[in-house]
Amino acid sequence: MSSVGAATQESQSEPPESVGPLAAGVRLRSPADRFFRGLTGFFALLVLLSVFGMLVTLLVGSWPALRTFGPKFLASKEWNPVTGQFGALAPLYGTVITSLIALLVGVPVSFGIALVITELAPRWLKRPIGVAIELLAAIPSIIYGMWGLFVFAPAFAAHLQPWLTEHIGSWPILGLLFEGPPMGIGMLTAGLILAIMIIPFMAAVMRDVFETVPASLRESAYALGCTTWEVVWRVILPYTRVGVIGGIMLGLGRALGETMAVTFVIGNAHDIHLSLFMPGNTISSTLANEFTEAVTPLYTSSLLALGLVLFVLTLIVLTGSRLLLMKMRAREGERT
Amino acid sequence: MIKLESIGLLAAAFGLTLLSGGALAGEASTISGAGATFPYPVYSKWADTYAKETHIKLNYQAIGSGGGIKQITEGTVDFGASDAPLTPEDLDKAGLIQFPVVMGGVVPVINVAGIKAGELKLAPDVLADIFLGKIKKWNDPRLVQSNPGLKLPDTAVTVVHRSDGSGTTWIFTNYLAKVSPEWSKAVGSDKSVAWPTGVGGKGNQGVASYVQRINGAIGYVESAYAIQNHMAHAKLRNHDGRFVDPTDDSVQAAAKGADWTHARSFYMVLTDQAGAASWPITGASFVLVHRQQKDADTGRAVLRFFDWGYRNGGAAAKELGYIPMPASVVDLVEKTWEKDLKDAGGQKLWPASKK
Repeated sequence: MSSVGAATQESQSEPPESVGPLAAGVRLRSPADRFFRGLTGFFALLVLLSVFGMLVTLLVGSWPALRTFGPKFLASKEWNPVTGQFGALAPLYGTVITSLIALLVGVPVSFGIALVITELAPRWLKRPIGVAIELLAAIPSIIYGMWGLFVFAPAFAAHLQPWLTEHIGSWPILGLLFEGPPMGIGMLTAGLILAIMIIPFMAAVMRDVFETVPASLRESAYALGCTTWEVVWRVILPYTRVGVIGGIMLGLGRALGETMAVTFVIGNAHDIHLSLFMPGNTISSTLANEFTEAVTPLYTSSLLALGLVLFVLTLIVLTGSRLLLMKMRAREGERT
Repeated sequence: MIKLESIGLLAAAFGLTLLSGGALAGEASTISGAGATFPYPVYSKWADTYAKETHIKLNYQAIGSGGGIKQITEGTVDFGASDAPLTPEDLDKAGLIQFPVVMGGVVPVINVAGIKAGELKLAPDVLADIFLGKIKKWNDPRLVQSNPGLKLPDTAVTVVHRSDGSGTTWIFTNYLAKVSPEWSKAVGSDKSVAWPTGVGGKGNQGVASYVQRINGAIGYVESAYAIQNHMAHAKLRNHDGRFVDPTDDSVQAAAKGADWTHARSFYMVLTDQAGAASWPITGASFVLVHRQQKDADTGRAVLRFFDWGYRNGGAAAKELGYIPMPASVVDLVEKTWEKDLKDAGGQKLWPASKK
């Protein structure tokens, strides 16, 4: 039923021969012009079509699971292939928490890096740091995962984890986050590895947008007697707001969807622990782990439903950032 | 007309070059299979040697048992492979037969300071309670009791299990469910289960590296893997009450003790088998083919390949850490081929007559 509906919807959204509003009002002189316009228009439409197609595929695939479990799918942390009970809460929780840790650590650090490159570093140092950042961004994620498992996790378990337990573990409330045996594997490790992975992305974007600030703006501010910090905070950041948030979103997007590196270090347990030292799971690592041997239709469908949840989560994040930008722009309007 | 003829000639010549040197005319030059990752190394090793001898190539995709079952059911491959046997009902429904090809053991491996390979003895109920999360320390009285003379430390037990769906997990949890009613009730057995405790590593490699990195860890890996990586294994108490090490002999002893003759459709699970020398967590890897073969030549080629493997592949399998099937079981398998496999016209597929 749903697949039939999807199919008709899809055929309706198929573009007619002309490209609609694009062509209106513009007279296209030669057939080559028209062809080129049509072709590029088609490419652009492909993007929309593939998003839509993805959504439809996910919906159709996850339908059996959604029908069986209903809204409980989102609220249940039970994930039991033996009894056929599936709930998305544990991987959803893991995805959100690890990404939050990554942002919490990654945003200030990449902001600092971008700041150093554009404002503080001597000229001869700017290029090497910039190139190093770009190189780091190009390293495949599995390398980060292996490094995390073989180098970072043991060191983390031997030094940082005992220190955290000793010094923060006894605090009320916050201490609960750092309980448990120092295994080196778990949510915190995954979050930190993610932070390391997304820092180059965010730093590179932030540097690029910081460099778009016209020299006249920057120098006027200095001429008025602003400190470097004031220039950054009052002039550069407001000017580059959209780009900076875009860079953070790019990092968040990578953190949400990252699969292999997380799978290596998160411990892959379908459980929700308050302590960040305990193993957890994310949506994409669950998919990577379990797809090959998911035999029953309900199992496969539940995994696809997890994919749908991630899709929606990303959509919410994107919408949220758009709204944030709109609000900021509106406030800007009030002020001037 | 002339053109057509020349094309025909060309095709014939081409076909001849492909089939020259051993392969019989009218037989497929490539057979394809998909499924379990566990037997992949041995199948590809066999395929390599087999291709040199017969010029018949095997294209095997290790996509996991689940995928293998799907693909053979849909008929996109010539055979499927699964680490867990299908029930006779499922086989009938899909029109398939299955047969075991190689075996392997699953071994509990530990990382406890001061304890070397084979020193720790585990009773079945203790193993189950460790994985249930009920035994939390290595100096638990029940562990001390079965290990007099061993200095067990006051370290927390960390359970390490597979995070991906796996035949190894299927065999291991099947064993736990057999020896512990509580495990059977609370967790059950499957290729992936809802683990009561512990961390999950991806693949044998993932479990092995977690165990080696976490002090006080216990996990389970395939015997081949444990041996190749010199991991500290634990002795297990088998069905006859003896503590045994996982070796080629103890795994094969488990298969010999099993009553294959009465196992319908080879639905046989080799865990917790009787026999003084039997390794208790043993499993076989199965191959699935269609009961009625649309393409008799390809079907026969698949059977020839596995027949060759049974007869000539034992040493190669052992080298890779697998245990070949005992001759008695091979005979049973080939009798089943003769009895149950038919081509489109209802003729027997096996024994494949040598043309």
